[in-house]
Amino acid sequence: MSVAALPLTHRRLRLWPALSIGVLAVAAVGSLVLGPAGVNPWGAVVEALDHLPLVSLDSGLSTQEAAIVWQIRVPRMVLAGLVGATLAGSGAAYQGVFRNPLADPYLLGVAAGAGLGATFAIVFELPSGVIAPLAFAGAVVAVVAAYGLARLGGPRRTGATLILSGVAVAAFFTALQTYLQQQHADTIRQVFSWILGRLGTTGWSEVRILLPYAVVSWLVLIVHRRHLDVMAVGEEEASTLGLEPGRVRLVVVAAATLGAAAAVAVSGLIAFVGIIVPHIARLVVGPSHRRLLPVSLIGGAAFLMVADLVARTAQSGGELPIGVVTAFVGAPFFAFILASRREVGA
Amino acid sequence: MSSLTARAVTARYNGTPILGGVDLDVRRGEWLVVIGPNGAGKTTLVRALSGAMASGGQVELGGRSLAGLKRREIAAEVAVVPQIPVVPDGVTVFDYVLLGRTPYIPYWRMESTDDYQRVASELERLDLAGFAQRPVTSLSGGERQRAVLARALAQDASVLLLDEPTTALDLGHQQQVLELVDELRHERGLVVISTLHDLTFAAQFGDRIMLLVEGLVVAEGSPSEVLKADTVATYFGATVDIVQGRDGPVVLPVRVRR
Repeated sequence: MSVAALPLTHRRLRLWPALSIGVLAVAAVGSLVLGPAGVNPWGAVVEALDHLPLVSLDSGLSTQEAAIVWQIRVPRMVLAGLVGATLAGSGAAYQGVFRNPLADPYLLGVAAGAGLGATFAIVFELPSGVIAPLAFAGAVVAVVAAYGLARLGGPRRTGATLILSGVAVAAFFTALQTYLQQQHADTIRQVFSWILGRLGTTGWSEVRILLPYAVVSWLVLIVHRRHLDVMAVGEEEASTLGLEPGRVRLVVVAAATLGAAAAVAVSGLIAFVGIIVPHIARLVVGPSHRRLLPVSLIGGAAFLMVADLVARTAQSGGELPIGVVTAFVGAPFFAFILASRREVGA
Repeated sequence: MSSLTARAVTARYNGTPILGGVDLDVRRGEWLVVIGPNGAGKTTLVRALSGAMASGGQVELGGRSLAGLKRREIAAEVAVVPQIPVVPDGVTVFDYVLLGRTPYIPYWRMESTDDYQRVASELERLDLAGFAQRPVTSLSGGERQRAVLARALAQDASVLLLDEPTTALDLGHQQQVLELVDELRHERGLVVISTLHDLTFAAQFGDRIMLLVEGLVVAEGSPSEVLKADTVATYFGATVDIVQGRDGPVVLPVRVRR
């Protein structure tokens, strides 16, 4: 094989990020122009573009319509994108680092910890602004506890030890959460609504909270996409190839957890995205994290934007819980991809 | 001329000693075959020499101790072909062999064109160029073993450790893989240490043979010095005839008539 022949294959695979960005753009425009308020679609797009730096356009919308676009639709679209990308990226990273296709961002206790934190804030009627920070803190504490527990196993601890520790910690935190919830039955509806996940937002505050964590998480994961490919051959082989598997695992888990905890803190427990999007991406671009991670991030953003659009518009007079939609849209889509799967790289 | 020297290598598993102090010296271009019954500590020796597990004693390469080196520095010196390599589902031959370049890529960077070229030339050398974009899992046993070997060669290490490299291969492919290793060690002046179950292959390909039993070296020397019918009977519990073949002793199992 001549060396010159190689870039061609790589070029073919570079199409996928471009394609997924195209899908993301369509999803973004869709969630911008569709909504119950009946704003002129073209006007909505122009209004959003008008807020970009160095762009000045007249959308022709009334002040109220302009506010609907810029204070409701755009922040919600951006939030869906941030949450979707972060959960899908974290899921891909967890699946890679633990070599476990069933891993998701909640594997090491993020969900249970965040659930406990949020429930604590809700049942003790703390100010609503405290729910997100407590959920975030709960998620981080749970994962740190899982790591600490795995460390007790001594120097030969492996990914499997860590997963088991995560299971134990998650069970414990869930038990505490259920106990709290059961002792304060009057707030059960609120707790459930948080657990089902939602992107309901007015203004940009959630986006501002999540953005820095999300960006740090994405950057660290993107940088480690090559290392995740090495980890795929198992920890022992990875170490004979010159990698420090323990260190890579710690950094990747920390970044994925930081992102997932922040996403959960602002949106609740949105299921399915973190597990299904990376699998769809894997079926399309193959198992290499060089392509899988970027495509998961972009695909996760697009997926959650579409899911949120369905949640907002499918049912007149109310919203569907987004977690229901992600599974409802995601499962058939996954089935479709699985059925039309061709051998990648063959 | 660098060589691999190990002194008093010990290793434990869950507190149980597996290696009780192994010494070895292998020059560049030399092939040492480690034989021994199941559970003798052969794989543990490979793992200890590669730094994949904690071990006692000294391992030096060209007079430089491996103990103080970072993982990536060791990987640039010592490449391992594991007994049962983990092959991720769907990974292409090219991407798999590219993993061998890990020791040379700075932590925050991606591979360079030089790395791609090195992979391409190893694929060419091992007749795998046509398989570059095929998933490794779709290859036959012999092709797959060549891909694992290509990955080890891409590491550009002077020491090649092979743990039962012919497991799961038919006779023809066993021969082909071993002949390939033999060519490569002469071509590149590699220090080759391999474990092998097949004693005849051990005799044909090894310059020297080391017999490991319960973590201790009980015999070492040329194939004809080590491979004797009574030695094989004592340590392997096998009844064999040793016949002098063209390339060294041939070990023939014979039935015990009762």
